Amino acid sequence: MTEPSRSTALLLNVDGLSVDYKLKGLSSRAIDGVSFALRAGEAVALVGESGSGKTTTAMAIAGLLSPNARVSEGEVRYRGERLPINDDVAMRPHRWSETSVVFQGAMNALNPVHRITKQIAEPCILRLGLSRSEATVRARELLELVGIPADRGAAYPHELSGGMRQRVMIAMALACRPSIVIGDEPTTALDVITQAQILKLFGDLRSKLNLALILITHDLSVVAETCDRVMIMYAGRIVEDGTVADVFAQPKHPYTQLLIESIPNPANGKRMIRPIPGDPPNLVNRPSGCAFHSRCPSAMTVCATEVPSLDEVRRGRVACHLHRPLTQEDKVAIHA
Amino acid sequence: MPDTADILRLESLQVHFPIRGGFFDRVLGRPAGAVRAVDGIDLNVGQGEIVALVGESGSGKTTVGRVITKLAQPTGGRLLFEGRDMTSERGSSTLRPYRRRVQMIFQDAYQALNPRHTVFDIVAEPLRSLRLVENHSQLTERVSEALAAAGLNPSGDFFPRFPHELSGGQRQRVVIAGALAVKPELIVADEPVSMLDVSIRAQILQVLVDLRDKHHMALLFITHDLPLAWLIADRIAVLYLGRLVEIGTADQITFNPRHPYTVALRNATPQIRGDADRSKLPALQGEVPSAARVPKGCRFHPRCPLAFDRCKEEEPPALEVGPQHMSACWLTK
Repeated sequence: MTEPSRSTALLLNVDGLSVDYKLKGLSSRAIDGVSFALRAGEAVALVGESGSGKTTTAMAIAGLLSPNARVSEGEVRYRGERLPINDDVAMRPHRWSETSVVFQGAMNALNPVHRITKQIAEPCILRLGLSRSEATVRARELLELVGIPADRGAAYPHELSGGMRQRVMIAMALACRPSIVIGDEPTTALDVITQAQILKLFGDLRSKLNLALILITHDLSVVAETCDRVMIMYAGRIVEDGTVADVFAQPKHPYTQLLIESIPNPANGKRMIRPIPGDPPNLVNRPSGCAFHSRCPSAMTVCATEVPSLDEVRRGRVACHLHRPLTQEDKVAIHA
Repeated sequence: MPDTADILRLESLQVHFPIRGGFFDRVLGRPAGAVRAVDGIDLNVGQGEIVALVGESGSGKTTVGRVITKLAQPTGGRLLFEGRDMTSERGSSTLRPYRRRVQMIFQDAYQALNPRHTVFDIVAEPLRSLRLVENHSQLTERVSEALAAAGLNPSGDFFPRFPHELSGGQRQRVVIAGALAVKPELIVADEPVSMLDVSIRAQILQVLVDLRDKHHMALLFITHDLPLAWLIADRIAVLYLGRLVEIGTADQITFNPRHPYTVALRNATPQIRGDADRSKLPALQGEVPSAARVPKGCRFHPRCPLAFDRCKEEEPPALEVGPQHMSACWLTK
C-alpha cells in the first residue's frame, strides 16, 4: 500500500445540522443545530449518554440514517461539496467509500455462514470493481493490516474471539479506502485488555493511512488516550468542544465537569464520585431553555428559558450561560 | 470497618462443566474434557464488607456468583455461610432461609424484570414466595421500604408502573429493590452498573454503599472494571481463567499490584489523567485462553511478559506479599 500524503485539508464541515425522527405520527428532534469541522488525519470523539444524539450525528455523516429519520435543517459538506443525506441513492458513492463505520456488535454484524476473507472481499468487488481473485488478495492485505494473519481469513466468524471479530470489522471498514472512519462504541463490548489493543490499532491505522477518526463513546476515559479533540453532546446539542487536554484539565460546561467527576479515577486518590442528579432528558418532551438546567448545580433563571448558543471561547467552544455576559436578574440561581 | 467474622467463605471452590464428546469420541472411548470455569478458589467475605471480584469475560467471575446464590452446583470445594457448609444443601427447607439471606443483582435490568408485572409485583415477588409477610399491609410496607432504600421516591408512585415506563437507571433500582426487599445479609451484584450511563452509575453505587453503611450488609461486587472496584470495595480479588491471581485491599491492588496480570489489567485501563504510575511492562498480547484448555503450570504464563521456566511447569500457590495481600506468582516470593 502506498503512503498517502499527510494532508490536514478540511474534509468535513457540518453546519447547523438537525435530524428529526418520525415515530407514530410524532416527530422528535434527535440532534439540533450541530456544527463542527473535521480535518484529514484528525481524531475527534463524540461523547454523550444514550439519547444524546452522538450516533445520529455520525450516521447522518455516513449516510446511514434510518428511513424514518430526515435532515430537517442544516447541511454537511464533504471536501466542499454538499452531501445529499436525505437521498438514499445519491449517497451511495459516498457511503463506505469516503466514510465508513465500525459498529459496536461485531458479533451481529458479520455474516455467520461466510468465511472472513469472502466477507471482506465483497465490498472490494462491488465498490472498487476488482475481480474475485484481486479482491481476495486485497482482503488478505487488509487482514494483515489489522493484525490478523491472512490465513485466519479462512475461518468463520464464530471461530474468532471478540477482539479478532472487531479487527475484521475494522478491515471491512477500510476496504474501500475511506478518508473518514467512524467508530460507533467500537470497544464497548470488549474486555479492557482487548479494548486497549483495539484502541492502539485505531491509533496505528490513523497515522499509517492518515485517516480522520470519529469515535463515538459514552466513556470519557477511552477518549483520553485516542483522540485529539472531544465534543460533548447532551440532548442533541454539542455543549462543549475542545482539545482533550483542555477539556479534561479545565472542563467549562457543568455537565462535562460532572461527567468527569462521575468516573472513578484512582490517580486523583478521591475515593468518592459525585452522582449527577436526575434522569437523562426525554427528547419527545424536551426541557425548555438549556436541556441540562434541571440537573445542573449552577442553574440560573435564564437557563430555564433561553437556549445557550455554542459560543467560541478561549481554545474551544461551550454552550452555557455561565460563560456569557448576563444581566443581574438572569443570574439568580435556581437551586440556591 | 468490616467485622472479623466471615459471612461467606469459599474453600478450594471448583466448578467444572463436562464437555460431552462427539459420537466417535464416545465409540472409541476417548475421554471428554471439561470446561474448568472455576478451578480452586479460596475467598472470604466479612460481615459488612465489600469485596470486588475482578476479571475479564471467561474468567469465571459470574460462575462464582452463581455458586454462592445456589444457581450452580460446585464440583469440588466448599461453600460456607456463617460457618455452615451449604455446598450440597438442597431442598426448600434449608434453601428458603438461605435465599432470604443471600440475594443476587443481575447485570441486565432489561432482562431481569418481567415486562408484564408492575414494579409492585416485581418487588413483592420474593417476599411472597419466601413467605415473609402475613398480610397485604405488611407487604405494601416492605415494598415501599425497599423502593425507598433503592432511591425510588416517592415509592408509591412507582407501584403501578411497568418496566418499559422506567429509564435504565430506574429499572436497575427496581432490580436492587427486589433484592433488598427480603433484607439479605449478603448481596452478590454481577456487573450492576455496566449497562448504565456514567451519570447514573454513581447514583446506583451510592445506593449499594449506603446499604452497607446503614444496614451492615456484605456485598460481593463482580466487575471487569478495576477503577470501579477500587472505588466501591474494601478488598479486591483478581480472577484469571478460574483462579485467583491476586487478592488484597483496594489500595494495594490499585496502587501496588504484584501479579503481572493485575499490572497488565491496570495498564490497559484507560484513564482520564495521569499516566505517571504506569510501569514499563509491555501491553499484553492475545486473549484469555479457553477454560477447556487451561495451560499447564501457571495459567497466565503464555501471555506473561515475565514468564520463565518454572512458570511453565509448576502452578504457583497464593504467596503472601504483604499484610492481607496475596499473589499467585513465582516472582512475588
